[in-house]
Amino acid sequence: METKEMIKINQLNKSFGDLHVLKNIDMTVYESDVVCLIGSSGSGKSTLLRCLNFLERKDNGQIIIEGKEVNPRTDDLNKIREKVGMVFQNFNLFPHKTVLENIIEAPIRVKGVEKEQAIMKAKQLLSKVGLEDKSDVYPSKLSGGQKQRVAIARALAMEPDIMLFDEPTSALDPELVGEVLTTMKALAEEGMTMVVVTHEMGFAKEVADWIVYMHDGKIIERGTPEQFFNNPKEERTREFLNATMLK
Amino acid sequence: MPSFSHFFSTLMETKGVFLEAMLLTLELTVVSILLGIVIGLIFALLKISNIKVLELISDIYVYLVRGTPLIVQIFILYFGISGIFLLPDFWAASLALAFHNGAYISEILRGAIQSVDKGQFEAGRSLGMTKALTLRRIILPQAFRRALPPLGNQFIISLKDSSLAAFISMNELFNVATTLGSNNFDEMTYLLIVAVYYLLLVALMTFVVNRTELKLAISDR
Repeated sequence: METKEMIKINQLNKSFGDLHVLKNIDMTVYESDVVCLIGSSGSGKSTLLRCLNFLERKDNGQIIIEGKEVNPRTDDLNKIREKVGMVFQNFNLFPHKTVLENIIEAPIRVKGVEKEQAIMKAKQLLSKVGLEDKSDVYPSKLSGGQKQRVAIARALAMEPDIMLFDEPTSALDPELVGEVLTTMKALAEEGMTMVVVTHEMGFAKEVADWIVYMHDGKIIERGTPEQFFNNPKEERTREFLNATMLK
Repeated sequence: MPSFSHFFSTLMETKGVFLEAMLLTLELTVVSILLGIVIGLIFALLKISNIKVLELISDIYVYLVRGTPLIVQIFILYFGISGIFLLPDFWAASLALAFHNGAYISEILRGAIQSVDKGQFEAGRSLGMTKALTLRRIILPQAFRRALPPLGNQFIISLKDSSLAAFISMNELFNVATTLGSNNFDEMTYLLIVAVYYLLLVALMTFVVNRTELKLAISDR
């Protein structure tokens, strides 16, 4: 059986002014893969992730989502974004809406789902992330970990084929990181295709199918967690792993 | 200064005519605020459109309005537009006030919209929402809430600015007060009376704005 290519990137380049942040990136993500993008700050990993749902526009190169090359100028990006969910470092929940309203907003307004149906689905998702009792609460009443789990539920409510995570635990207190990672791990086990920018080496090691290490706008090394952590090929990768104290 | 009993008896005797004038003041104010919000929102959106020509149009509008006295604008609209379109007095005054308010409101709304975290916009877009939908459902409700305190301030200013409609012979509060005052050779009494009516209206308006603020603050509790 041939595995479906969910995301394929060819020779992607992106600059912010004079700063060349992505340099000839090639990457393929297959269905049900969990890919962890790691690297130090400023290596371009978040920018790469944001290019995948077109929050950033590429300068040149190809981005192919589920077999179709996307042209940001002519294609309906909203349709593509429905298929590609995103979870942000700072949660970005809508503060003026309750947890439930946060989750049902896009299904109702974008997909035209009936309200009762959207609510039913939202409640299922909330119990999946362990927050069934929080549906009528406003985000200001939630802890960081709870906020991020709501954000995950909100993205899942659109029934995406791919989920992007942009440092989902970086803004959390250390004791709240675990609950979010557990939720993400469960999602991975269900077969969701995931691209995760993270500094959580433990998570990457345990959950990722592929590790992609970026430095200075380039992909330096990629491999299974096994190869990557135990037997890195590149000198630059070894330095990075030494610095993060995970050999 | 008039004696208190004289002030009070005059206040009671004239309450019919003043209440009528107050109604007109209120109508001028409400129309100019509502229209001002519409105009203000339009120009605020032009200003943040990232389209140079539209930004320039918004800048010019704000500059013209802020750069000239309200009374000049009222006269221009009254004589100019009513010369061409023959606007009823009420609409000449209301439009002038709305046009004036709109500039200040557009600046208030623009600031409030820009103060909403960029991540809110990205979150909406990442869920497949269009720009317009994200603006309407996510950004504007938050921006409006933040804008309320300065908007309330602007509403009070427009209430008091509506007194300038007296100069195009609208029988609103200030006009009635000065007319009665000079007819009765008793300006001070009538000015004090009209001050009471303005204070009442401002109290009412402050109450409404505060209630709205409380209602919108529900998500913080």
